[in-house]
Amino acid sequence: MRRLSHLERLEAESIHIMREVVAECARPVMLYSIGKDSSVMLHLAQKAFFPGRPPFPLLHIDTQWKFREMIEFRDATARRLGMDLLVHVNPDGVAMNINPFVHGSAVHTDVMKTQGLKQALDRYGFDAAFGGARRDEEKSRAKERIFSIRSAQHRWDPKRQRPELWRLYNTRRSPGESLRVFPLSNWTELDIWQYIYQQSIPIVPLYFAATRPVVERDGALLMVDDARLPLRPGEQPQQRRVRFRTLGCYPLTGALESDAATLPQIIEEMLVSTTSERQGRVIDRDSGASMERKKQEGYF
Amino acid sequence: MAANGPVANDADANPALRAYLDGQSRKDLLRFITCGSVDDGKSTLIGRLLFEARALFEDQLTALESDSKRLGTQGGEIDFALLVDGLAAEREQGITIDVAYRFFATERRKYIVADTPGHEQYTRNMVTGASTADLAIILIDARKGVLTQTRRHSYLVSLLGIRRIVLAINKMDLVDYAQDVYAAIEASYREFAAQIDLHDITSIPVSALRGDQITIAGSAMPWYRGPTLLEFLDTVPLINADQAQPLRMPVQWVSRPNQEFRGFAGQIAAGVVRSGDALVALPSGRESRVARIVTAEGDLDEAVAGQSVTLTLTDEIDVSRGDVLAAAAAPTMVADLLETTIVWMSDEPMLTGRPYLLKCGAATVPASLIRLQHKVDVNTLQELPASELALNEIGVGLLSLDQPLAFDPYSANRDTGGFILIDRLNNSTVGAGLVRGGRQRSENVHWQALDVNKDNRAGQKGQRACVLWFTGLSGAGKSTIANLVEKQLYALGRHTYLLDGDNVRHGLNCDLGFTTTDRVENIRRVAEVARLMADAGLIVLVSFISPFRSERRVARALMPPGEFFEIYVDTTLADAESRDPKGLYRKARAGQLPNFTGIDSPYEPPEHAEIHIQTASLSAPQAAEQIVAALRSAGMIDRDWVFLP
Repeated sequence: MRRLSHLERLEAESIHIMREVVAECARPVMLYSIGKDSSVMLHLAQKAFFPGRPPFPLLHIDTQWKFREMIEFRDATARRLGMDLLVHVNPDGVAMNINPFVHGSAVHTDVMKTQGLKQALDRYGFDAAFGGARRDEEKSRAKERIFSIRSAQHRWDPKRQRPELWRLYNTRRSPGESLRVFPLSNWTELDIWQYIYQQSIPIVPLYFAATRPVVERDGALLMVDDARLPLRPGEQPQQRRVRFRTLGCYPLTGALESDAATLPQIIEEMLVSTTSERQGRVIDRDSGASMERKKQEGYF
Repeated sequence: MAANGPVANDADANPALRAYLDGQSRKDLLRFITCGSVDDGKSTLIGRLLFEARALFEDQLTALESDSKRLGTQGGEIDFALLVDGLAAEREQGITIDVAYRFFATERRKYIVADTPGHEQYTRNMVTGASTADLAIILIDARKGVLTQTRRHSYLVSLLGIRRIVLAINKMDLVDYAQDVYAAIEASYREFAAQIDLHDITSIPVSALRGDQITIAGSAMPWYRGPTLLEFLDTVPLINADQAQPLRMPVQWVSRPNQEFRGFAGQIAAGVVRSGDALVALPSGRESRVARIVTAEGDLDEAVAGQSVTLTLTDEIDVSRGDVLAAAAAPTMVADLLETTIVWMSDEPMLTGRPYLLKCGAATVPASLIRLQHKVDVNTLQELPASELALNEIGVGLLSLDQPLAFDPYSANRDTGGFILIDRLNNSTVGAGLVRGGRQRSENVHWQALDVNKDNRAGQKGQRACVLWFTGLSGAGKSTIANLVEKQLYALGRHTYLLDGDNVRHGLNCDLGFTTTDRVENIRRVAEVARLMADAGLIVLVSFISPFRSERRVARALMPPGEFFEIYVDTTLADAESRDPKGLYRKARAGQLPNFTGIDSPYEPPEHAEIHIQTASLSAPQAAEQIVAALRSAGMIDRDWVFLP
C-alpha cells in the first residue's frame, strides 16, 4: 500500500479542481500574477492537461508598476510554455495617470488592479478565473470557498457562497455571474516553497538574494527599480543584498535583507522567519478588515 | 523540468537542511474537524494548536496581543480564539458563522483543520466540514459534561462516515483537574457513542487556555498517562482503506489533444489501477483494459486512490464525463432510484416532486424526491414523520433520477456515494446527500396481461371496482362510517371488502411497528392490497388515519382516474379527543405515544377529497347514506356494467 505525501495530495486536489473548471465552464482564464504561487499554479496546470496544453489563456493585469524582471519573466514563461498571454492595463487609470505616490496605495490598487481585472473579465467574457490565493494568507481567506461565485458586478457576497462537500464543486452560474477558482486554497507558504524545490519550478529571480539598489522608507526597504521612484530629500539609493518574499508593484513591496540565494536557503530562512509574508504587502495594513472589504468589491 | 532562473538548487546546501527537505516530502496529511458547543473553547483550542505548532508569525502574534488587549475577552491575556475568528461580521457578533480551514504542520504531518460552529442552525456547516475530515475532535466543557449539542455533533460526524474520534475534555483547569469528573464524562460519552456506531474513541483531558495536554503534558494531571493531543494526532495511523477497495475513478474530463490520443482524466476515488487491468465503464457496462496511466512525469505502472491521472484504454469504447471507470470484477451499482439520507441546506424547504440537479462524482443528473420516509431529530435521534425538509433538517427519502447513475453506498465510498443537490432556478447548492442503496423500478417486472380483467370481474358482480379511502383523525368515526357503508352495499348485493387499520396490523402487517418507516410501509402495503382487491372486482373500503397527503397520493396513483374516492371524515381535534374511543389521546397527552396524529404529529387535510363528511352536522348513518348516494351517482353500483370476457 502506497501512502501519498502531503504534497502529492495537494497536487492531486489542485489538478482535480482545474479539470472540473475546464469540463464545466465555457471560457476559463488563469490570472497570472507572475509570483511564486502563480508559478506553482501554472506548473500544476501543465500537469492537469498533459499531454495537451492547458486549454485556457493567461491573463495579467498590469498596473505598470511591476518590477521589470517580473515582466521579462512573464513574457519568457508564456513563450516557453506556448500559452496565450493576455495583458490588460486599465486605460482609465492610465488617462488619470494613477500612481501609488500621488494617489496612495489604496486608490492605486483599486483602480489599476481591481477595476482593471473587472474590465478584462468583462471584455473577454470569461466565466471562470483561476487565482493563486491561499487560505493561510489571511484570516478572511480561511473561509473563502475554492469555487467562489461572483455577481455580474464581480461582487463577493459571503452569504451567497456555496457549501463545498467532499470533492464536489457546484460550478453552475446564472447569466452574468462568474466564478473565481482557487486551486491552491489548501496550500501553505511552506508547501509552495517545498513544491517549487521538489519540482524545480522556475520563479522570478527577485525571490533570490542579490545586490540591489534600495532606499529605506517608513520602515520598509523599497527597490529603486526605475527612475519613476521619486526620492525624498536625503534619500540615497544604497546597494544592499536583499530578496523579496512576495512580489507586486515595486513601490508597494518591501524587500528583506537576506543572503538566501538558493531554494534550500530560502526555505531555511522561512523556517526561522518570524514575520508572515503579507507583512511585505503594504495594502493589507490599510485597515483591520481590509481584505474582506476588497474582496466584496471584486478584488481577487 | 529544468529551472531557467538563477541557481535554484545548489549542491552545496547544508546537508542537514537537505535531509530536512527530503523528510518533508514524505510527510503525510491529516484532515480533521473540531466540534464543540458554543463556549467550549474550540477556537481557543485551534488557536493554541497553531501557536504551539509555531504556525504563527511574529506580526500575527503582535496583532493578536493588541486585539486581545483591545477587546479584553481574556482579561488582558492572549485570547487565541481571536486568531481564528475571521470575518468582520462574526467578530462583531462574537460567533463563528462559517467553516474556516486552518493549517499547521509538525515534523511528521501537515494538518488541515475544519473549524465549524456549534450552533444548531449551522448543521449545514458541520456537515460540510466533516465531509473531508479523517478524524473528529469532539470538545466537551468539563464543567458541563455531555450535552445535547455533543450528541448532535457526534451523530453528524458518524453520519458523514468519520469513525475516529478524539474526545477532548476541555477546561480541566476549571474543575481542579479532577480525575473523577473526567472519568465520569468519558464513560457517559462512550456509552452514548456506541449507540451511533462510534467505537474508536481516544479521550484526553485538556486545558486549551492553559495549554495542559495540548503539546506538553504539564504537571497538573499526573493521573493521566496517555498521549497529549498533538502526540496523538501525530502518531494515529492514517486509514488507507480506500486503496484496499475495488477501483473507482469518476471520469472528469476526456483529454483529446490530438487525433492519436484519447485519455480519461480523473482522480482515483478508490483502489489501485495498473496497466493491463480489466475495467468497466458505468453505467454503460462496456469493458476494456488499461493501456497507459499517463502523467506529465511519464507513464506510471500503477496509481492509487487519491491520485489525479489520465487513463487510456485498449479499446475505443464510448466513455464520457460523468461515467465511472471501475474494476471489471467489482463494478459499482447502477440505478435510477436511490435510497438516500439528505441534509437540507437551503431556506426554501425540499419538497417532493420538485426537480433538482444531483451531482455525484463528475455526473450531474436531474432528480426529484418521490417520498420522504422520515426525518431525524438530530438532538434525540428520533425518527419523525415528515413531508418536507427545512433548513438544517436531515431526512431519509427516495430520489428518482432522470437517468441511471453509477454509485456505491456512501458507507463504502465517500466520493462515489456522496452527492450535492442544486436548485435549478438559482443554481445554489441546496442539499447534500449520502446514498444508502439503489432500487429497481417495479416497471422492470412486467405486468402479466390476463384475459379476464378487472372490468369483467366487476361486471360479473354488477358493479364497478373502486377504492373508498377513509382518512381523518383517530376517533373521527372512520371505521364506524365505513362499516355502515359496507352493510348498506352488502344489502344491495354488492361485493365489498373492508380493510381496517387495526385488523391489518394483526396479520399482513404484524411485522411493522410505529416508526415512520414502518408507517409508510404499512400504508404502501394496504394501498397495494386494495389495488389487488379492486382488480378482483371488489369495492374496497380502506379505513386508515393516513395523515400525509404524500401517502394518500401514492395510494391514489395506483388506481385509474375515477376509481379512487378519498373520503375525508372531518372532525375537530377537540371532538375526536373528547370521544377518544380507544383512550389513545389520553396516552398521547401523557407522552406515552410519540408521533400521535393531531398531538405531536400533523394531520394534513385533503385538498380535493371526492367526498367530504363533516361529522359536526351529520350522524354516522347519515354520512353512510351520503357516501352510498355519491357512489350511485358516480355509476359505481348500477347493474348495467356487464362485460363478457
